[in-house]
Amino acid sequence: MATLRGSRLYSLLHMTTTIRQLPADDPAQVAAFEALIAAGESIEPKDWMPARYRSQLTRMMSQHAHSEVVGMLPEGNWITRAPSLRRKQSLIAKVQDEAGHGLYIYCGTETLGVDRFDLFNQLLDGTAKYSSIFNYPTLSWADMGVIGWLVDGAAIVNQTVLAKTSYGPYARAMVRICKEENFHKRQGYEICTVLANGTPAQRAMLQDAVDRFWWPSLMMFGPSDTNSLNSGELLRWKVKRKTNDELRQRFVNLTIPQAQALGITVPDPDLRFDPETKNWVFGEIDWSEFQQVISGNGPCNRERLEARRKAHDDGQWVREAASAHAAKRARKTEAA
Amino acid sequence: MAEPTGPTDSHWPLWEVFTQGNVGEPFEHAGSLHATDAEHALQNARDVYARRGEAMNLWVVPSTAITASAPSDAGPFFDPGNDKAYRHPQFYKAPRGIRVF
Ligand SMILES: [Fe+2]
Ligand SMILES: [Fe+2]
Repeated sequence: MATLRGSRLYSLLHMTTTIRQLPADDPAQVAAFEALIAAGESIEPKDWMPARYRSQLTRMMSQHAHSEVVGMLPEGNWITRAPSLRRKQSLIAKVQDEAGHGLYIYCGTETLGVDRFDLFNQLLDGTAKYSSIFNYPTLSWADMGVIGWLVDGAAIVNQTVLAKTSYGPYARAMVRICKEENFHKRQGYEICTVLANGTPAQRAMLQDAVDRFWWPSLMMFGPSDTNSLNSGELLRWKVKRKTNDELRQRFVNLTIPQAQALGITVPDPDLRFDPETKNWVFGEIDWSEFQQVISGNGPCNRERLEARRKAHDDGQWVREAASAHAAKRARKTEAA
Repeated sequence: MAEPTGPTDSHWPLWEVFTQGNVGEPFEHAGSLHATDAEHALQNARDVYARRGEAMNLWVVPSTAITASAPSDAGPFFDPGNDKAYRHPQFYKAPRGIRVF
């Protein structure tokens, strides 16, 4: 059982049974639910919801929580090599925030009736998905600046809209997260500003980081609307309030002036401003790269999961000690 | 791959966390977390929900200790308070030109 549980097979079996067990929804209840959504009301854990709404939210929220947790790794990689105490403090605080974000969202998924233990096992055994951006390596200090600026910047665009999602616990977690993300983005942009005004070598390092992270950042918003299987349903239920392409465009429009202020370029020869739509029109995204990374073949997928498993195993004694300590204290209270 | 063994933190009891932003303000639900006991829950609540001075005070309550009204019965349950217009000041007429408030 122990080996079965940890295996990919177990998760697949588990997933198929879950799908098969989805009960058929009562049309009257679905109609009442959709009326609530149409009226702009939020759905709370004890409210009736279609089985499909519950499973879609569980999928989205757990992937989001996993992304926060795995997202600690690329930056954690630079904590010991931060160039000053000030930068080190900021980076530790940011990484700690991401752990908190993971916790907020895992707690949200638990209100849907899933056990975080199961979700975590899916992450550790490699069957769960998380944001593709964290499967790219962090090669230089400039990457810390560019991740804060672009990756957290993209997350803010996405999460600001998710703060209005129809599921109450998810929306509330997003409000809390958005407040903290602003610090993440600003500390990143500050690093970029310092490098942009630094030596030619520092400027080159910054440009190189932007060249590597630009396209993966655009991919963070997910597949184009024309190829996004889940979009229609999620928009109708107001889980999503904007399409992937709308959010991506908003991000590009916000970011290009920030890049110009730094005096650096983004690696897109087709980029141009359209005065009619006031949009920065960008070139074709390489979706084959996205598919590769999402399906486990990115540059760092293996390394990230191994690091995550090691962290989990190394933390085992802490969990055991906490349980033992609580048991001991309970015995003492009983005796007294 | 090693299967996570022994006690896992998500099998510890669930606690609801309430934060008071400032003295005199009401406590507000912030979220939940797992912890072995009340003291552990308080420490975790501080680390998860009060990293930036968001709270002056914290409450942690075992989730199982909370009894909640059921959304499906919300209509009849809150009905006694919904049809009593005379509990609101707007229900009462005051002579024109007199400031009652
Ligand atoms: Fe985050
Ligand atoms: Fe962040």
